[in-house]
Amino acid sequence: MSLPETYSSSIPFLALLVSLLAVPLILWSSKRPNLREFWTLLAAAIKFGLVLTLLPGALEGKVAEFVLLEIAEGIELSLRADSFGMYFALIASGLWILTSFYSIGYMRGHHEKKQTRYFASFAVSLSATIGIAFAGNLLTFIVFYEMLTLATYPLVIHSENRKAIRAGRQYLAYALTAGLLMVAGSGLIYMLTGSIDFEPSGILEEGMLGAGGMRVLFFMLLIGVGVKGGIMPLHSWLPNAMVAPTPVSALLHAVAVVKSGVFGVVRMVGFVFGPDVMVAYDLNTILAVFAGATIILASVIALRQNNLKRRLAYSTVAHLSYIAMGAALLNADGFTGGILHISTHATMKITLFFCAGAIIVHAHRENVSDLDGLGRAMPWTFGAFTIGAMGLTGLPPVNGFLSKWFLCMGSLDAGQIIVLCVFLTSGLLNAAYLFPVVYRGFFRTSEKFEGLGEANPFMVVPLCITAALSVVFCLFPNLFFGLFDLATATVDAVLR
Amino acid sequence: MIDLIHDYYAYWAIMLLLVVGLYGMLMKKNLMKKVIGMIVFQNSIILLFVTAAFKWDATVPVLKEGIPGDVSSNYLNPLPHALMLTAIVVGVAIVGVAFALLIAIYRNFGTLEEGELTERMKGE
Amino acid sequence: MDPWVHLAVAVLLPPFFGALVAVLFPARRTNLPWIAAVVSCGLAFFASVAGLIYAVTEGTVHYHLGGWEPPMGIELVMDPLSAFFCAVIAGVASFVFIHGKTVVERETPEKVIPFYSTALLLIGGLLGIILTGDLFNLYVFLEISSLAGYALVAIGDKRAPVSAFRYLILGTIGASFYLLGVAFLFMETGSLNMRDVAEIIPIAGDSPATVAGLILIVFGIGLKMALFPMHGWLSDAYTHATSTSTAIIAPIGTKVAAYVLLRTCFYMFDPEYVRNEIPLTTIIGFLGAAGIIWGSVLAIAQRDLKRMLAYSSISQVGYIALGVGLASPYGMIGAVLHTLNHAVMKACLFLVNTNILERFRHTHIPRFDRTYRIRMPWTMAAFTVSAISMIGLPPTAGFFSKWYLVLGSWERSNYLFLAVIVISSLLNIVYFFRVLEKVYLRTDGEPYDDRNEQEDLALKREEARGSMLFPVLFLAVGLLVIGLANAFIVTTFIRPMIPDGL
Repeated sequence: MSLPETYSSSIPFLALLVSLLAVPLILWSSKRPNLREFWTLLAAAIKFGLVLTLLPGALEGKVAEFVLLEIAEGIELSLRADSFGMYFALIASGLWILTSFYSIGYMRGHHEKKQTRYFASFAVSLSATIGIAFAGNLLTFIVFYEMLTLATYPLVIHSENRKAIRAGRQYLAYALTAGLLMVAGSGLIYMLTGSIDFEPSGILEEGMLGAGGMRVLFFMLLIGVGVKGGIMPLHSWLPNAMVAPTPVSALLHAVAVVKSGVFGVVRMVGFVFGPDVMVAYDLNTILAVFAGATIILASVIALRQNNLKRRLAYSTVAHLSYIAMGAALLNADGFTGGILHISTHATMKITLFFCAGAIIVHAHRENVSDLDGLGRAMPWTFGAFTIGAMGLTGLPPVNGFLSKWFLCMGSLDAGQIIVLCVFLTSGLLNAAYLFPVVYRGFFRTSEKFEGLGEANPFMVVPLCITAALSVVFCLFPNLFFGLFDLATATVDAVLR
Repeated sequence: MIDLIHDYYAYWAIMLLLVVGLYGMLMKKNLMKKVIGMIVFQNSIILLFVTAAFKWDATVPVLKEGIPGDVSSNYLNPLPHALMLTAIVVGVAIVGVAFALLIAIYRNFGTLEEGELTERMKGE
Repeated sequence: MDPWVHLAVAVLLPPFFGALVAVLFPARRTNLPWIAAVVSCGLAFFASVAGLIYAVTEGTVHYHLGGWEPPMGIELVMDPLSAFFCAVIAGVASFVFIHGKTVVERETPEKVIPFYSTALLLIGGLLGIILTGDLFNLYVFLEISSLAGYALVAIGDKRAPVSAFRYLILGTIGASFYLLGVAFLFMETGSLNMRDVAEIIPIAGDSPATVAGLILIVFGIGLKMALFPMHGWLSDAYTHATSTSTAIIAPIGTKVAAYVLLRTCFYMFDPEYVRNEIPLTTIIGFLGAAGIIWGSVLAIAQRDLKRMLAYSSISQVGYIALGVGLASPYGMIGAVLHTLNHAVMKACLFLVNTNILERFRHTHIPRFDRTYRIRMPWTMAAFTVSAISMIGLPPTAGFFSKWYLVLGSWERSNYLFLAVIVISSLLNIVYFFRVLEKVYLRTDGEPYDDRNEQEDLALKREEARGSMLFPVLFLAVGLLVIGLANAFIVTTFIRPMIPDGL
């Protein structure tokens, strides 16, 4: 096997460190909100810049590697910016900049308390996400995975009322159990192979364990990453975690945290188990069954939600399983589609959550049934929402179309008509639960919102940018960042 | 079986003491009786060491004319006795501390009976 | 003779010497015995660290006391294992002593000198247990430390003498069983020197007496270690003693018993034999596993912080027993690393408990609220770090000992132990986050509002004084450092101590 060319570079580590270093500064300037937010924005900009400097190398197929220290006997805390890691890091760090602007508008507009804690936890979460993206082995992955769990806990319980604390407990119980199972599973892999480095096309080989043992191991790791990835029946923390402030729902519960979960699923499938083992022990079927069930069930549940954020949360649950399904297909088109869906869903869903947040802050409405006529008062917000809704349904020219196209091609390639049906049905369901919002906003009339006007530009500008990005990335998927090339490079490496 | 009892009767006696002591420590409700049990228990172990060091037809380990010092069966092994001197000292110290604690308990609660003590502690 | 071999005795002498010197000071000068305690523990710590480095680089030190050759004379053995445990104990004790200054003067104003003197005797006894290479000498040191321990536990609230008495009865049973076991081994081998015994046992062959001797020793030491189901004495003893007494006994007392287990099962006997012929280590492991769960469940039921920590100690000792029970290289690494980790985190937690008690005059968890975090931010931060470490989340130290225990469980294909490690971590989450929620959040069910913010801003910071804050923070930072440096500790210090038989 030809390993990609690697070079030593401290930039992956610096990219991780920069938001961590911002934390003391944020805490120190807690009495001066403008300075505090300046640190967040500065850290976000530097982080994105650092990630960008790694991009040319990654596009040429070179992997920047940084070994920090030996984290446990025989295992290094290593950061490797391979194409897949770069892909995820670019999305997370790029959207952090937009979310930071949005957060300022949202948190001040909503008069939220304890904003210092909020911004500090947010910065730590982003460090952990970058760590997950660049993790070179399972233990490094786990270290940052648990760090992410702890850092997002204060965000979930932000309002400190009974509902929030209960959601926080549930989140911890789910996520930490998952982490423990992953620790146990990694231990077994280490004992079997003597290595837990992520390697394209997997480190496990056939015959290392019996069929039963291999499946148990797969379940351990799948539950480990599947909790954050919202795979049913492990999803129920996610809708409840929507009590968090909306920027948290937008970046963490639509991009960073949940995507870490599905990112982990793809890592497990492509870089730990590998396609051969997946097929040999029917592990891909197991994954596909859970993912398919999640897609349909979550979409159906989303139909019944009146609270807009909860509806979007269930939609997130469904779309995360698109990615897992793509990985389970194990062919070039399916895998590409799955990976692409990480970025396309990120831009679309963050747009939708931004819109939901703007509606909460500006119009003080949380339920879908109260939105009649609001679209005329907030045309930009609802316009962006429409674009997001179109994308999730899979209509061109929004980037959701692109990933869905590849996913459908992949299922045809694999001869899985059922999977194709799942994707198509879910597309219809998406339309059924998202377009009523658009319809109510634009086509129903109500006098309640007359003269209300558009929300704070701190919120409206970011959501317009993400909506625009969603369109641009459909027409030019390689624009600026070569996301499409990164995705295909990953697929080539895994499937050889 | 008879032989086993006859040949090792000293050990049987020690075992009896051991069990009696342990019973007293764990089962007696009066704290003073627990201490007495403890003394019996400790002494049984001391006896065990001393008994095990005993040899027929051997004498105290002081070199004596007419009894050659290089034949080990002539003299008892002095080590266990020396050890037990230390153990006795340790035992006395423990009993001393136990009494001190009993005095403190009696001062605080006015009783040394386990049941009453539990009652009065709950009342605190 | 290489002068560095005197390190073995240099570890042992300062605490005993300090205990004697402390008594000589006039009663008014309460800071002098404090200085004696800190200095002598510090000296012992530096000597142990130097000894550890020496033992790793140059090999084991055998120090013949009084020049008498073993097996007649008593020797001190300083190998990586014993030096490591000495360093842990002396190091943690130094920090607890530094912290204890104001607390001891307030809690036991009349008895400052006896307190430090007794505490130093305890430390000396524990170090002696670790260093000695002689079975009977170990008994003597065991009783020295136990007697000092009974005395320390007895200074406390009104109920302290009762729990001290119960501790004394059970402790004496434990020590006596140990002595009984030694008697059996002595009768069979004719020697008391551990190395000598280890050499004779294979020659003497598989006799019931040696097996009985080992089982009696393990039983006796298990009592001292509070191994389930012999843990009953521990919670009361820790709860009713004074803060500093608990802080000094809890992190290190049970560890020494764990050391004796390691020493007898793996060094004096052949580990293969102990594991396979008499399934003793398996039994120890299962008892440890049961203790982990039982201790955690009871910890959840407690409403007093100190008592909760005491029960958590029972559970944490279970981890060490579980590591011993695995009788595999990774199991042993996990057990040894966990003694270090648990000593540091428990010391930190009990010191935090003391800081809370000193400031708020109670440690009743239901009465905690979010003002505690604002009034004592650093203490609470230290509590959070050690709680995370107790739960076992990276990158704190607690995660890594669990990682090695997980590896050990896979090594032995022991799925039950694996399940226990996972479940107990979840139970730990329950009882620590219960406290963290109280301290950091508004918990009456209403959202945090403007009025709360005004209240919080009006509160003044009332952090503990420097001498009480510094050790807590240092130990908390130490947890992170140990966590990140664990690979270094394992490869440099713990790997060399794994006996050939494992």
